Amino acid sequence: MNYAAQLAMILPEVVLGLGALALMLVAAWGGPGSTRAVSWAAVAVLAGATIALAGPASSGGAAFEGLYRADAFAGFTKVLIYVAAAISVLLAPDFFRRTAGDDLRPEYPVLILLSAMGMGIMVSAADLLTLYVGLELQSLAAYVLASFMRQDARSAEAGLKYFVLGALASGILLYGISLVYGFTGSTLFDEIAGAYAAAPLSGNAKSMGLIFGLVFVFAGIAFKISAVPFHMWTPDVYEGAPTPVTAFFASAPKVAAMGLAVRVAIEAMGPAEDQWRQIVIFAALASILLGAVAAIGQQNVKRLLAYSSINNVGFALIGLAAGTPEGVAAVLSYMAIYIAMTLGSFLVVLQMRDASGQPVETLASLAGLSRTRPGLAAALAIFMFSLAGIPPLFGFYAKFAVFYAAVQAGLFPLAVVGIAMSVIGAYYYLRVVKTMYFDEPVGEFGPGDRLEGGLIAVAAVAVSPLGYLAIPLLTAWTMGAARALF
Amino acid sequence: MSAGGVGLIHYLVVAALLFTMGVLGIFLNRKNIIVILMAIELILLAVNINLVAFSAALNDLVGQVFAMFVLTVAAGEAAIGLAILVIFFRGRGSISVDDPSRMKG
Repeated sequence: MNYAAQLAMILPEVVLGLGALALMLVAAWGGPGSTRAVSWAAVAVLAGATIALAGPASSGGAAFEGLYRADAFAGFTKVLIYVAAAISVLLAPDFFRRTAGDDLRPEYPVLILLSAMGMGIMVSAADLLTLYVGLELQSLAAYVLASFMRQDARSAEAGLKYFVLGALASGILLYGISLVYGFTGSTLFDEIAGAYAAAPLSGNAKSMGLIFGLVFVFAGIAFKISAVPFHMWTPDVYEGAPTPVTAFFASAPKVAAMGLAVRVAIEAMGPAEDQWRQIVIFAALASILLGAVAAIGQQNVKRLLAYSSINNVGFALIGLAAGTPEGVAAVLSYMAIYIAMTLGSFLVVLQMRDASGQPVETLASLAGLSRTRPGLAAALAIFMFSLAGIPPLFGFYAKFAVFYAAVQAGLFPLAVVGIAMSVIGAYYYLRVVKTMYFDEPVGEFGPGDRLEGGLIAVAAVAVSPLGYLAIPLLTAWTMGAARALF
Repeated sequence: MSAGGVGLIHYLVVAALLFTMGVLGIFLNRKNIIVILMAIELILLAVNINLVAFSAALNDLVGQVFAMFVLTVAAGEAAIGLAILVIFFRGRGSISVDDPSRMKG
């Protein structure tokens, strides 16, 4: 295959990389005054990368001797990643302008672009080396973003915690990668799958090495998707990071890490399905339970949403545990719907600010919101009901799809326990709704702005029952993406 | 495999020990955050020993190329870690692990 054809397959990453470099120069020369221009240019670059996905970038197959794969699965996850990244760029300028402390600097959109590029490489990786490079590009940009408010002690602490635990996760993942490489003799996913299929997975020293490698790799990935027992960084980082950055963390990197988990599980370690399924089932149920129980006592809305994201990752993992094309399609549609719900919720959190524009994050400040800002309260109620998976809303379909895939794969106990635990989760989502609708108002938030209001309305319509109209399209798209892996 | 009697298994054991020390260094460390950065480097070096030893044993260059990538990324990671540490120190005046954190873990 010639070089130009291979470059066409990585066109979205090329667009993002060159765009980020060019904008970095603009930022260096323009200084803080260029922030707004660089932000809009970054959104344009992300739009360009999304358009570039239409060609061979989502249908070309293997590129660069099998190191990289441009398939429908990568195409679908990249669309989600780019949309979430663009929204996080759009939210930032107003937030930083209102908030005391540092102004937004033009590095912010550049870092988001680089992070999005790393995520694109993650979901397209077909080799452990590509996987590692993509993951680190995403993570290193994210560490800086978490500590972006330099005057704020909480932001610095969030960045430090994210860095230490993220670096530990990378170390664990790398140790697993080194074992997988040593005992399979290759870093290519196809050849690893061949080695796992050929070797007996119990009884001798080689099988021990293969299983240890698999466990370490999955532990490292569990850190990145913040699945229990590797979730402990999530609440602190989500609380401490500036809200637009938290919205970014809760959406795009989650999709990318989930895409990575699915691709590694199916493409590289498909023959060892019985081994990784145990890990995935444990992580799924533990995440659902801990995400639900630990959220109950939280008073900070961002912490609450952090536990909600842990909880939701657990549900998505149930689809992966099924290990079938239907299961993978269910994971993808779950992540698509989850992004709309979580970005919508964080957009509402951005609206929570006092008269002087300073952010307010306590749950108690939402009291009586239905009387002071009825539209905002209704939108947040829709997101909360949808995250809880209550039927008329679109979040119900997401949960239905993963449980249906688990039942079809014969995992009845998993589905039953998962559904039972989702009831516990409903409690704290309902508590938010109760605070807004039945408590006495404590004061009014400052006025919202039109861009955020518009995005909230779009997200609320997407997860409302109207979302069901999109099911045929979503099913066709996710099934096409899932089939690309099998 | 080699004349001195040092084989693949010896390298793997050393790497496993270094890796364990690195992980324990992060969780049992009671002094300051620089020690955590050193522990992270220890983990990455353990991985590199593994990769190079496997590369030699398999007679395959990919492991050594991978080790180069790990070294390079580790340098970038350390730079970012120290930069965040500086911001943290400016706000707090201390880099002790025992310092109570602003957010409950």
